[in-house]
Order: sequence, then C-alpha cells, then structure tokens
Amino acid sequence: MAKYEQMSTLQDTTNEVLALASTHFKVPREQLTPDDDFFKKLGINSLQALDLLTRIEQHFHIELPDYELQGVSDFRTLAERIQSRL
Amino acid sequence: MLDLRQYNSLGDALRAALETWPDETCLIEADRERENLRLTYRQFKQSALPLARAIQDAGFVSGTRAAIIMTNQSKWLISAYAIFFGGGVLVPLDYKLTAAEQIKLLQHSGAEFLVVEYYLWRALTQAEGFNELRTRVVLVTEAPKDAELGGAKRWEEFAETREPVFVARERKDQACIVYSSGTGGRPKGCVLTHENYLEQCVALTSLYPFWPGVRYLSILPTNHAIDFMVGFIGPFTCGATVVHLRTLRPEYIREAFTKYQITYMALVPMVLKNLEKGLRQRFADLPKARRTVLNGLIGVNRTLTRRRPRLKLSRTLLPQVHQAFGGGLRAFFVGGAFTEPATLQFFYDLGIQVGNGYGCTEAGTAITLNDFRPFRADTVGKPLPGMEVKIVNPDSEGIGEVAVRSKTLMSEYLDDPEMTAETIVNGWLVPGDLGRIDAAGHLQLFGRKKNMIVTEEGKNIYPEDIETYFEGLPVKEFCVFAANYLWPARTMVGEQLVLVVHPDPGQPITPELVSRIAERNRRLTNYKRVSGYLEWDRDFPLTASMKIKRIELAEQIGKSVERSAVESL
Repeated sequence: MAKYEQMSTLQDTTNEVLALASTHFKVPREQLTPDDDFFKKLGINSLQALDLLTRIEQHFHIELPDYELQGVSDFRTLAERIQSRL
Repeated sequence: MLDLRQYNSLGDALRAALETWPDETCLIEADRERENLRLTYRQFKQSALPLARAIQDAGFVSGTRAAIIMTNQSKWLISAYAIFFGGGVLVPLDYKLTAAEQIKLLQHSGAEFLVVEYYLWRALTQAEGFNELRTRVVLVTEAPKDAELGGAKRWEEFAETREPVFVARERKDQACIVYSSGTGGRPKGCVLTHENYLEQCVALTSLYPFWPGVRYLSILPTNHAIDFMVGFIGPFTCGATVVHLRTLRPEYIREAFTKYQITYMALVPMVLKNLEKGLRQRFADLPKARRTVLNGLIGVNRTLTRRRPRLKLSRTLLPQVHQAFGGGLRAFFVGGAFTEPATLQFFYDLGIQVGNGYGCTEAGTAITLNDFRPFRADTVGKPLPGMEVKIVNPDSEGIGEVAVRSKTLMSEYLDDPEMTAETIVNGWLVPGDLGRIDAAGHLQLFGRKKNMIVTEEGKNIYPEDIETYFEGLPVKEFCVFAANYLWPARTMVGEQLVLVVHPDPGQPITPELVSRIAERNRRLTNYKRVSGYLEWDRDFPLTASMKIKRIELAEQIGKSVERSAVESL
C-alpha cells in the first residue's frame, strides 16, 4: 500500500511537471508524455531548462541545485529528482 | 599587474600575487542570494598552503598530475594553486561530461590525484570503469556528514599546518593538460606549458586590463580555457576579484551584476543572445513615447561611438541600461562559438563592449580579439600581440585555411604524436577553420574545413566521438559527419550532425530501425545528438586497416546526394 502511494505521488509530480512545462513553454499538455526529451519536445536550450527548474522550485517550494538537471533530459527522471526532495 | 616576464611558472606568478595584494579581495563565492565566502589574497594563501602540504605528504611531487572536476567555486582555485605550488600538472576536466567520460579522461591523463565535488564523485563511483581508475588520492569537497566516500578523503579535512615546499618549474614545463575533445574516441589532451599561459595572460591583459577592485563574474566552467585565463590567472596576477556563482539561473546572474558591481564577464554566444532577448523584450514593453526616446538615445550613442568606445558617455546617455548591469560593467568577453554580428552590434550600440574573438584550447585560448579601434561586428578582430596569423592556400577571394604561430601554442596532444603532427605543421597550428584577413588586418571566418561542429553553447563536437553511441545498430556500416563538411556552407551557425547509414543488402531502413536510431540518439547529451540520418547504398571506402576513409566518403556523398535527402530524427 505504501508503495502504491509512493508511486502515485511520483505520478502526480510527473503530471505537475508536464503541466508546468506546457504552460511555461506554450506546448499543448496532451502533446507531452513523461518519456519525452524536454529539450527536443519544448524546443529549448540548457538556459531555458534552468528557467523551467526555477518554475518547478516555485511550484513545489523546494530548492533544486543546478546539478540536479545534469544529464537529465526526460520529464520522468526530472520528476524523480523532484520527488526525492519533496 | 605583475610583470609576468619575471616569472617562470603559474605557481611562481600566483605566489607573487598573493604576496603583492594581501588585503585585496580575491574571491567571492555566492549561491543564489547567499554569500558563501569572501577571501582576501592573504586568506586564500592561508587556505591553500595547508592543502599543498597535505598533498605533498601524500606523495605529490614535481610533475605529478592532478585532476579537478568541480563546478565554479572557491575550492577549484584553491586546489589549483596548491597543485601549482607543489610543481604539479593540472588536469581540469569538464564537470558536465558523463561520469564514464570523465573516467576515460582521468585514465588517459594519468592523473594520480583528483579533487572532486561530492555529487560528481558519487556518480563516478557508480560508473562503468570506476574500478580500473588509477588515481591514488581522491579529495572530495562538500560531502555530507555521514556520506560513504569509497576510499576518498574529505577536502575540508585534508590539511597540514607545516610549511609546504614550493617547487619551481621552468617555462617550458607542462602546466596543464586540457581536453579539447575526445570523450568517445581519441582523447585530445592539449599539453599547455607555463610559458603558454604566461604569454597569453600578458597579451590579453594588454587589451583588457584588470586591477585591484575589478570584479570578474565567473560563469563559464573554469575547466574551460577562457574562464581559466580570464577567471583565474588574469585577475589573480592583477590583484582583481573573481566572483563565483554556484547557480547559472539567469535571474541570479542578473542580480549578481548589481550586487557585486561586476566589471567583466565571459560568456558563450547562447547566454549573450539570451541577455539580448531579455533587453529587447524590456525595450518593447516600454510605453511608446519612452521607447521612441530610448531609440533616439541609442542612435546618438551609435553615432558618437562610431570611431571608438566612450564608456562614460554611453553610461550618461543610457543610464538605465547600464544600471541594469550594475553600472560598473566594462565589457563582456564572448567565445567558445561563433557570435552573430547583429548581437554584437546590439550591445555596442548600447555602449556595452563585447570582446569578440577567435581561439581554441590548442592555441592557449584566444588567437584574435576585437580591439575596438574601431568596433567591427563582422570580424573576430585582429591577432593578439605575439600572435602570427596567416591564410594558407587562399582562393581568389582570399579565403583559405587559418594557420597560427605563437608562444602560446600547446606543445602537443598528450601521447598522440600522429594527431599532433596533423595539427601543428612546421610550427603553425591549423585549427581547421576557413578565413580571410582583410585590409585592416581583421580576421573574418567563413566556415570550417574540418569535420566537426561547435554549438552555440561553445561545445566542440567531433563526429568520431558520437559514433560509439551507435555501435551495434543492425546495419552494414555507418558514419557520422558534420553536415557542413559533406555540403560545404560558408556559415558558422546552425551546424548539425548527420548519421550516414549503409543498410545490409536487401534490408531497407525500416521504421523500427529509425526508432532504434532515435533511441540511441536520445541517450546522447542534447547538444551531441545527430539531427538526421542519410541512407547511403554504396560500400564505404576503407583503409587497409579497415578504417573508414572519411575524407573520401564525404566527397562521394557531397557529390552525389543533396542535403535535402537527410531525414530528420
């Protein structure tokens, strides 16, 4: 049961990240999936990805060091990094 | 500034700097709105010498190689000084590489010591090849209290109070091994001597002087040749201050300009363009009347600075623009990739100088730089003092391959005499770019002669390094090329990589294969990805040792297929 709750929370986080990305970069939500490469799907560079990180921090009230984004390019892994800090 | 002709090594010059300006601030380290640390030159010395002693006690001697893998921060520079003090050779590695790539370069460099941030160390210990690593002493910074360090030592506790022994080095001795590429295939470890750095520092500071009170904002990775020079050696040998930011978020960078009264900052074209975009947006949001006034003032500034920059005048004419950058900004340095002339002109018209140049690690950073006498947006400036630049085999328009000779050229690629001989021919370095020198002595670039691309983030990408990621594809053979190498284009922007696929006979490229290619592609860091694939139905020309004859293959492809045949991924 506990495991299920944790899974569902990660799913919630992933959905919230997708919604944030959709709003911020004006890409329809239905076009984004957790395994998408956000650089490619949102058409953004590494600076804009940092900008997304700032939006995420404001939304979840957490602090994510820049290095948490290193080597991450899909929404799912990003959500996992966020999840571990919630 | 120190008279660098008097010194034989970086350790020697830095040691003199610490004695010359003991009470000046040399380092400020900030993280978001917090200031972590502020050190005077005296305090810097007090932090570095116990480390220098401790590494000597651990067996560090003249010529020992020590790598640093860290983001921009105070401990980077403190560790580097301790290494130079002990006569060591510094191997600055890119913290943005994957752990597996860092392990490869650590192995290749023969580094015995390693200074690394905790989160990077954690990734290294979990990466493939970690067990074969030959580093003897690993110092980890900022490790959490109960962290498992896997045999490494805590940097913060690695200190001995006894006086360390200063180890003198000669000008021709190795100072650094800097990797300009080769993470996938053949590592390119540029061996740079103390003379290379000292000469480069003299040349650069003659155009852009530092002095006590000058503040340099360091956001480009310090392992990169540019930041190492203008964010460490340059300011330190002039008694100036380096400001480190532990985050690269644009909002904190903007704040830092005002908070720390920044004088200079080096950046890559992507960041410069981002600043331009932000300013243009702010201008567009102004009420119409104010916008008209602003445009008028920009026009006046442009006219009055046509012959030379007039910083005071520009600051008076456009105070709000300059205040947004803290009011003390003198110049940006842009490098690492090609910058569009329109962006350079935009900033110059506002009275903000952008030192635009051309260089490469192999030449010890910059080769040419804009001297603003007068400003030119269409060139990469004139050769720096001490640099000879010539154009080899120019065509009827004067365009040919750029070649460079100076005291700042690397001595060799580490353990690769063959590649060294291809790159430095009769004492002239050939970086692989096409250019022309105009009547005013300015260098203009027209494209690349070699098979590589440079991203606007300043990353040099060599196709050979990408190929390893596609190994095992169910095709007869494949090869990666820079698109402009196959279809020469006189441009330095929008460069892309193409995967050339030769399927097995009777096996057409299926959607499954395309999705496998796309999947492999996604595993690459975003800037290393190929943008498309090209189907090729002939056997690749091969050497006797079964290596692809790339030049010949590129010629065949360029002659028989149009660029439009590339399918996007």
